[in-house]
Amino acid sequence: TLELTVRASPTGPGGDMQWCFSQVKGAIDDDVAEADIISTVEFNHTGELLATGDKGGRVVIFQQEIENKSQPQFRSEYNVYSTFQSHEPEFDYLKSLEIEEKINKIRWLPQKNAAQFLLSTNDKTIKLWKISERDKRPEGYNLKEEDGRYKDPNTITSLRVPVLIPMDLMVEASPRRVFANAHTYHINSISVNSDNETYLSADDLRINLWHLEITDRSFNIVDIKPANMEELTEVITAAEFHPHQCNTFVYSSSKGTIRLCDMRASALCDKHSKLFEEPEDPSNRSFFSEIISSISDVKFSHNGRYMMTRDYLSVKIWDLNMENRPVETYQVHEYLRSKLCSLYENDCIFDKFECCWNGNDSVVMTGSYNNFFRMFDRGHRRDVTLEASRENSKPMQVLKPRKVCAGGKRKKDEISVDSLDFNKKILHTAWHPQDNIIAVATTNNLYIFQDKVN
Amino acid sequence: MAGADGDDSLYPIAVLIDELRNEDVQLRLNSIKKLSTIALALGVERTRTELLPFLTDTIYDEDEVLLALAEQLGNFTMLVGGPEYVHCLLPPLESLATVEETVVRDKAVESLRKISQEHSPVDLEVHFEPLVKRLASGDWFTSRTSACGLFSVCYPRVSSTVKAEIRQHFRTLCSDDTPMVRRAAASKLGEFAKVLELDYVKSDIISLFTALASDEQDSVRLLAVEACVSIATLLPQEDLETLVMPTLRQAAEDKSWRVRYMVADKFSELQKAVGPEITKNDLVPAFQNLLKDCEAEVRAAAANKVKEFCENLPEDNREQIIMTHILPCVKELVSDTNQHVKSALASVIMGLSTILGKDNTIEHLLPLFLAQLKDECPEVRLNIISNLDCVNEVIGIRQLSQSLLPAIVELAEDAKWRVRLAIIEYMPLLAGQLGVEFFDEKLNTLCMAWLIDHVYAIREAATCNLMKLVEKFGAEWAQNTIVPKVLGMANDPNYLHRMTTLFCINVIVHCCGYPYREITTKQMLPVVLKMSNDQVANVRFNVAKSLQKIGPVLDSNALQTEVKPVLEKLASDTDMDVKYFAQEAISVLALA
Repeated sequence: TLELTVRASPTGPGGDMQWCFSQVKGAIDDDVAEADIISTVEFNHTGELLATGDKGGRVVIFQQEIENKSQPQFRSEYNVYSTFQSHEPEFDYLKSLEIEEKINKIRWLPQKNAAQFLLSTNDKTIKLWKISERDKRPEGYNLKEEDGRYKDPNTITSLRVPVLIPMDLMVEASPRRVFANAHTYHINSISVNSDNETYLSADDLRINLWHLEITDRSFNIVDIKPANMEELTEVITAAEFHPHQCNTFVYSSSKGTIRLCDMRASALCDKHSKLFEEPEDPSNRSFFSEIISSISDVKFSHNGRYMMTRDYLSVKIWDLNMENRPVETYQVHEYLRSKLCSLYENDCIFDKFECCWNGNDSVVMTGSYNNFFRMFDRGHRRDVTLEASRENSKPMQVLKPRKVCAGGKRKKDEISVDSLDFNKKILHTAWHPQDNIIAVATTNNLYIFQDKVN
Repeated sequence: MAGADGDDSLYPIAVLIDELRNEDVQLRLNSIKKLSTIALALGVERTRTELLPFLTDTIYDEDEVLLALAEQLGNFTMLVGGPEYVHCLLPPLESLATVEETVVRDKAVESLRKISQEHSPVDLEVHFEPLVKRLASGDWFTSRTSACGLFSVCYPRVSSTVKAEIRQHFRTLCSDDTPMVRRAAASKLGEFAKVLELDYVKSDIISLFTALASDEQDSVRLLAVEACVSIATLLPQEDLETLVMPTLRQAAEDKSWRVRYMVADKFSELQKAVGPEITKNDLVPAFQNLLKDCEAEVRAAAANKVKEFCENLPEDNREQIIMTHILPCVKELVSDTNQHVKSALASVIMGLSTILGKDNTIEHLLPLFLAQLKDECPEVRLNIISNLDCVNEVIGIRQLSQSLLPAIVELAEDAKWRVRLAIIEYMPLLAGQLGVEFFDEKLNTLCMAWLIDHVYAIREAATCNLMKLVEKFGAEWAQNTIVPKVLGMANDPNYLHRMTTLFCINVIVHCCGYPYREITTKQMLPVVLKMSNDQVANVRFNVAKSLQKIGPVLDSNALQTEVKPVLEKLASDTDMDVKYFAQEAISVLALA
């Protein structure tokens, strides 16, 4: 069994880590506008930028401030860098379907020049955005004054070439490519290949491969659509490229399996090269077994050796070299197993929780209900439950570990399962690629926490 | 001359300069395209000191504007004061060579390559080469990829010290961290090898080539295959075995189908580059494997090369190699599971007959042609039929007709009308390849039978086919072979067939035209006029439509005395459609 609290440990790094509040973004009032609900969170490759997408189709990018030498405890605050409308609501007139503007995923591209690039997607259309800075503006016209008043053309006696003069920094977001009309079903994942020139997009039944510079065609690399839709038993829930091997990608399914495909073997990857699947425990079998085994997220570790999957109740770590069972399994909120019936009735059982690795793959993080989120320290077999809440939002306030009482007598400081708020859920979290800084999205707020500096 | 009244000639230039920063992209683009006009007006000095610095910082602009700018600057040497000052163009092109859009970068590199030739050897070392070094050691991969394209243009014209530096930079980029740069280096490897001294090709290039060809990224390895062609061309024959072949063998058996595809796609070039001996010993088995590859894309690429590969085999034992090694693989491809593979094969397989000669063709190839001619995929069949002429030359028309014609006839009478339709569409092609005599003897009956097919789409296609045949064989042929049969159908009890007569007349008149007024007036017109009494209204209004088409060919006498009364009668028909088309014909032919 796992310890439920974090304790100081002399045995190794990370063991004595304490998290403290850094910032919270978003409106304070409890009245949440639907459009403000955060739908994805993603750090860029250096961690200097943090992007969020929301149901209103907006992307907000935060930039880490340069460290303030005089106030070391306030290191690295994230402030708004750029905000833009990535997707607009649309209507498919042929199918009489509304297409939501909600941003399903954001993925940053490796930096190629002074500008930054990211892919954002809603259910149908993927867009490539360029975010660039401008600090100079041209000055000097021949035919008009700088304020726009026209000069008398007869007074022109010589030509004037405009010159560039410094101005306040301006951040511009411009759409560079639109990758549309390739998905019949809803896009759930996008992932950039390590070759830096292609990426994949996955919907419920198909995975397409795109070239980042070509928008008018994509290659279908996985198609699990049965000839007769009545025979449909499984859908694709997430897909990701391997971080280093350009030919390898995985996709997870609603049946709890993960397939690893090798694009070298053939052009169409309908035949997987590995199938990761844990045999079901017959003693746990119930009406909800299939629903809760559906994988909501899959992420490769940074080193490419492992992958992590999230299903409704647990996080599993798989070694790519072992297909028959995960090497580690962590229970996220096992106490909900007895509540599945009511979670089914209020649809919570279909919530898609995501998961993420820390920079050196030693800790994983995922969300839960009641604005709780969980961290599992792999080396020390230790885990912790923390809460993102307004009450803990004083600068540098240390987060107190929380504990849920599964049954029996409730101890002091424990929360009873029945008092958990299932409307407050943390689906999206992100971990800075190097540092111990995390971003946690509650419904419409983004919390940033960091480890306590000694 | 610059008085208080201003200078009229400055106004248009002033507009152009102001529009360089207009909010409308189209106007900015327009100004950039007239950059030479602006530069001329400013003079060389102000162009260098004012215009170029401004342009250097405009890399925020839209791609199309930047692309136009990159192109303009390649032709700007005279406008900055000639070769002496050409280096002033380097800063703007350098910043364009780092933007993220590949097309813009490529255009900037192209312009840099162009103006490098206008640098004196001294300027090349003082100005150009430092730029290449800056790009090559830039922070972002966009600048490093651009550097890859510039080494080969400065290398031949610099001192040996600088040459050594350039080689070192190229080596560094070949092992760059980002695959983008390694790809750029791999794609320029062949070009760079061409300007290097042979010793350095052997010492430097080969090791880079070997490293790139075993890169972890598929997309880099496949580019090494292309470099293989140019490197092999540069090396003496005796070095190929040790320096190039191990890598090429490895590429042909690469784990990734994309790399093997590249080998298959470049096979003819590779074959020429390595020469006949290595081809015999190495490439033949490699080609066999590609034809049997597990990935259809690779098999299709290899199948496309079958004819070229066989043609380029050394003549002394070409036939033996084909018969024992290649043909067995080809036989398997004929019944491949993938239609793209079969279709690729069908587009070249007929070419083997010229290489193998008459006897082998009849014995070994004809069964394959026949099998492909009956393939379920129309593209495969079309590829076979459209290449019949080269087999014709080898085995003669008689042989061909005995073997292939039954298959064609069989398809022409297929129970599925779509299959019949496909064959009709090939008919004009066949007719052209086989000649009029053969056509009359074997295929004419078929073509006429289609005219009374029970499916309209077939009758329509047959009519259209008739037009193409007449275009090929001429009016006289039409008069002798087609017209009598077509006119015969005018008395058919089925009104649909009677209408076909009218449709056919329309196309024949359209093709034969005025010089054959005689046949039209004497033979066809009476039939059409007689049909105006048809009891079916559809036939009658088609008579009106036909008359409208025939009219222009007839002389005025026939028009007035024969056509006009009939049209007038039809114009008072009880059926409104007949009336309508009759009136239309009257007005078009100006008979009112």
